[in-house]
Amino acid sequence: MMKRRQEPKTQRISNRRSPNRSRGGDAIIYLMLAATAVLMVYPLVFALAASLKPLDELFRFPPRLLPVNPTFDNFADLVVTMGQSWVPFGRYLSNTVLITVVGTAGHLLVASMAAFVLAKYDFPLSKTFFRLVVVALMFSGYVTGIPNYLVLTRLGLVDTAWSVILPAFAAPIGLFLMKQFMEGIPMALLESAKVDGASEMRIFLQIVMPNVKPAWMTLIIFSVQGLWNARAQTVIYSEAKKTLTYALQQIQLGGIARVGQAAAVTVIMMLVPITIFIFSQTQILETMASSGIKE
Amino acid sequence: MSTMGKYLALKRRNLETARYKARQMWVCYLFLLPFATLFITFYILPMVTSIRYSFTYYNILEAPRYIGLANYINLILQDDIFLISVKNTFIIAVITGPVGYILSFLFAWFINELPRWLRSLAVVIFYAPSIAGNAYFIFSIIFRGDVYGYLNSFLVRVGIINAPILWLTDPRYMMPVVVLVLLWMSMGTGFLAFVAGLKGVDQAQYEAGYVDGVRNRWQELYYITLPNMRPMLLFGAVMSITAAFSVADQTMALCGFPSTDYAAHTVVTHLFDYGYTRFDMGYASAIATLLFLTMILTNNLIQRLLRRVGT
Repeated sequence: MMKRRQEPKTQRISNRRSPNRSRGGDAIIYLMLAATAVLMVYPLVFALAASLKPLDELFRFPPRLLPVNPTFDNFADLVVTMGQSWVPFGRYLSNTVLITVVGTAGHLLVASMAAFVLAKYDFPLSKTFFRLVVVALMFSGYVTGIPNYLVLTRLGLVDTAWSVILPAFAAPIGLFLMKQFMEGIPMALLESAKVDGASEMRIFLQIVMPNVKPAWMTLIIFSVQGLWNARAQTVIYSEAKKTLTYALQQIQLGGIARVGQAAAVTVIMMLVPITIFIFSQTQILETMASSGIKE
Repeated sequence: MSTMGKYLALKRRNLETARYKARQMWVCYLFLLPFATLFITFYILPMVTSIRYSFTYYNILEAPRYIGLANYINLILQDDIFLISVKNTFIIAVITGPVGYILSFLFAWFINELPRWLRSLAVVIFYAPSIAGNAYFIFSIIFRGDVYGYLNSFLVRVGIINAPILWLTDPRYMMPVVVLVLLWMSMGTGFLAFVAGLKGVDQAQYEAGYVDGVRNRWQELYYITLPNMRPMLLFGAVMSITAAFSVADQTMALCGFPSTDYAAHTVVTHLFDYGYTRFDMGYASAIATLLFLTMILTNNLIQRLLRRVGT
């Protein structure tokens, strides 16, 4: 007892790294975590494995998880199938890339501008507007799908890429995350720039935006994820304007003869968002740390 | 005279401040304008229109005809399939919503204590299913009804069953399979928010808690972690409710549309049926409105509950 009191005040309270953890509890939790991780990753590995299997292995009994003679035949077949389609494969790809790139870039700019003023200035209706955005987080695509179509018809946007791009600009989740993140920027920084005579636009472009780079990545991944997977079959009906996802899903629906190609499609579609996430995890987590809904 | 001068100077300053404030506000609105315009056009307007159409008979070809509450009355009193879809949606929402939400939090909490590199890996593994496009499609091979399906072939070989089970076409098994797949995909945006939020909890609070007599991880969770995480928990709840109530893609991809005996029919599939196949927009809008109201009410209830956590 006496000895403890003589220790300097900076001494850690407990010499264990985490004082409230029992070894046994840790072991059980780690085991559970590992088991769940295997279950979580199994279907994805399975999809990858299936896409690399030659035809005879796909219908082998009993089925094996990993291919014996891995091959890229399914991907090659996919290219052949797409080559026979009415519209060249490259067209679908370029449609999707266009929608994804333009939609994401616009979303980043439009949502950040709105987030900036909502986070940093107080003006009439700003609180109400933000509350509306939080409610809109709950709108799912199908619910607003029908009236959305009618609105797009009025605007003459049906059957153009804009019918997917423009709504994506105003996706509520992006504004929400960006605004919460921007609240962390000290007001003093903005005010000092203001005193130096910078306009709001300059403050936004040269001070705010460089300071929220982690949030960019987050908005980008959420937007890319939505747009890359956009089928848009209800608003775009000209074959030449359809998206890659739509075209690929038609192959997926091709039934038993196309199981291999369907797996290849699944792999292509999942690789893009997962890869982006792997490379941007740090930034995304930094943004999500401020994502909470404050009371 | 000097009083007058002072008064004028004050007035002028007030005017200048007002003008400055007005300019400031003007700039604010200008910044908000692009987003607000698009947001109102593509999110608020459709929602309002949808509520309006729910009181009409509207088939796209003819002008909408006002029919009062007839859509709602039919929906609740006459449409047996709607009631099935409500039941299914509730089963899905009640299981995948809270369970998915709690699992997201628990796993985020466990992952948070892993060493750095392992944590990054774990986050990717747990988050990947929810962003993997339509990777849930792969479950239609795992649960395929013939003996080549992975689960069937495994069960047959082990000797538990001697004939393949039609997992995705037999009403007895469809819902459990769907719920399983949805749970697999439930570590979404909320999970990420939890991981990030947990990383941000001040370590000093845990040490202070230790001094004040917190003795195990569960006490620590309840008294320190959860109160700190309240904003993330609220955000996670919104995301979780939205996901749980708007399930449709997965059931359509796995069990087909329509599914056997409507056993995997959800409210959104029902909406899809009337809106996109039968073009009865008024009816579909009524479904959308009811769904949306349910979501808002649930959300309010959950938010109220969550505000009490740890207090």
